[in-house]
Amino acid sequence: MTVLFKKTRGLTDAPFTYCPGCTHGIIHRLVAECLDELGLLDEAIAIASVGCSVMSYEFFNCDAIQAAHGRAPAVATGVKRTHPNKTVFTYQGDGDLASIGTGEIVQAAHRGENITVIFVNNAIYGMTGGQMAPTTLPNQITTTSPYGRNVATQGEPIRMSELLATVPGSAYIERVTVIDPASVRKAKKAIKHAFEVQRDHQGFSMIEVLSTCNIGWGLSPIEALGFIKNRMIPYYPLGVFKDKGALK
Amino acid sequence: MKGRLTFDTDRCKGCGLCVNACPVHILELDTGTINAIGYNPSHIVDPDKCIACTSCALMCPDVVITVERIDE
Amino acid sequence: MSKQLMKGNEAIAQAAINAGCEAFFGYPITPQNEIGEYMAKYLAKYNGVFIQAESELAAINMVYGAAAAGARAMTSSSSPGIALKQEGISYMAGAELPGLIVSVSRGGPGLGGILPAQSDYNQATRGGGNGDYHVIVLAPNGVQEAADMMRQGFELAERYRNPVMVLADGIIGQMMEPVEMNVRPLAKTDKPWASDGNSGIRPRNVVNSLFLNPQDLENHNIHLKAKYDAIEQNEVMAEVSQCEDAEVVLIAYGTPSRIVKSAIGQLRAEGVRVGLIRPKTLWPFPHEIIKANTQKCKFILTCELSMGQMVYDVRLAVGNQVPVYFYGRTGGMIFEPSEIVGAVKKQLAGETQ
Repeated sequence: MTVLFKKTRGLTDAPFTYCPGCTHGIIHRLVAECLDELGLLDEAIAIASVGCSVMSYEFFNCDAIQAAHGRAPAVATGVKRTHPNKTVFTYQGDGDLASIGTGEIVQAAHRGENITVIFVNNAIYGMTGGQMAPTTLPNQITTTSPYGRNVATQGEPIRMSELLATVPGSAYIERVTVIDPASVRKAKKAIKHAFEVQRDHQGFSMIEVLSTCNIGWGLSPIEALGFIKNRMIPYYPLGVFKDKGALK
Repeated sequence: MKGRLTFDTDRCKGCGLCVNACPVHILELDTGTINAIGYNPSHIVDPDKCIACTSCALMCPDVVITVERIDE
Repeated sequence: MSKQLMKGNEAIAQAAINAGCEAFFGYPITPQNEIGEYMAKYLAKYNGVFIQAESELAAINMVYGAAAAGARAMTSSSSPGIALKQEGISYMAGAELPGLIVSVSRGGPGLGGILPAQSDYNQATRGGGNGDYHVIVLAPNGVQEAADMMRQGFELAERYRNPVMVLADGIIGQMMEPVEMNVRPLAKTDKPWASDGNSGIRPRNVVNSLFLNPQDLENHNIHLKAKYDAIEQNEVMAEVSQCEDAEVVLIAYGTPSRIVKSAIGQLRAEGVRVGLIRPKTLWPFPHEIIKANTQKCKFILTCELSMGQMVYDVRLAVGNQVPVYFYGRTGGMIFEPSEIVGAVKKQLAGETQ
């Protein structure tokens, strides 16, 4: 018997606290697998943010630091400048990164901080009960856009990968998703590459992962995969938005 | 290729993503069982048909499934 | 080590460097900009990290991160910027992180003014961050003490795993005085709790202030309280001068205490027996020292560059035993010795009527 797939040592044994079907669990696993496979796990420092993934420090099997809402890139900056050769990463949701934390993420990219940001975009605020996020789609119903997001008064959703790609300090930015085995494999490749960019001191890397919130969206776990495929991807196209390494 | 699955049943939340992902449709939620966390866990109904593609394990958000390849 | 003439802000920065500061994160704000500028110029020579952050909020979070990873880190700002840092300070207290926050205070509230004031006493000692916590607050009276308190601040922060604030007023930041620097290295402390990326050789560390289980959070707060009790027991500092025979005791901190001392000189020359108590730690506050040294006086006059903040702690210290009055100027206006003399005499006249 050859083991083809088993739980990575990059994760602790703690059961995930996410809703059934929430793809946070897949993304955590991919991050953990990449760190372990690249031999970076034992020197990694995870910066947990605030949102559904507030407890991520319980799941990543490495040193961790809890950050205030939105501040993870600043906290990561303090850590990485202190220990430039350790692998420092943040794991943030769309409220954390694209709302309260827009200042910190733009400036971390601006300074070219040699960190990796895992940005989980599920177009909603899950932890606090399903409010509108800056990434919520036009006409999408949430608890604070009960009649659907009205772009006239609430703005168009924000595309953070595209935005940060225009910031000179960013080195590698890709948007992926985890809705089927093929996209999960691609997402893992992207996350691995981002950690390699950090390991090779090439600058700021971010992987935006389109993820489900079946509870917030009022869908079943499987229907939620369809929401990403049919509604989110057309607005948030998958692909590489910045690749400084490719220019060489 | 033939595969063997092991389920850490008490981690399963009955989300069904593995059932949906399996290309040979051999996984189901076991409605006759309730696991320690209150869900109907996933199980394999036709083990001989497993092709060890790992699609189920790739899609599982709770790291429930271990996949082994049966070497001939 | 000989004395050098230095601007307060620069002395603060040099003292931090001498004390082994490894990282400085700050944002420009008057009247403390020279601290960041000095660090930008010199910290790298000592292998330190300097970042001009995008805001005071980002800066305190960088301090949080660096401290969590084991570094000796600091930030500096002034009143409105310190307001922005309250969240980060609360997180540092909750996560038990050492760190130094320098506040070179100016007039408020809001944008206020750029001239010195002491209207941040409540902000420093009562805190605007959430939760039950304290910041150790050191209040220097000039450039020399500011330099000495930087070193002391780092030492206290690491010994107690708590944020420490050095609350200098804007006068100190901008004036030049002779200062003798302590250049002995401040020993590095062991930080086995730090998340410094060594989970391969020891159990992994988590730096955190989140305790969702209520009993866990209560226990954590009880633990913090025990720490604060120890600090109150051991770290109070105050200067007591000429109180043995005093009929009036003046209480002031920071540079205004020197103006008050001039007033005391004048009053003593006229035969009025006046003493001074100068808190050097605002938290822990010298309640017992004040109580012990004011038992025989007619009244206390608290003098602050504010509308009256420390005066409440003075009243708490003496209860009903001694009347406590207040004299203040604020907004950047600074009282002169003659005003203090006048206030004491007026109160004495009123008392004897």
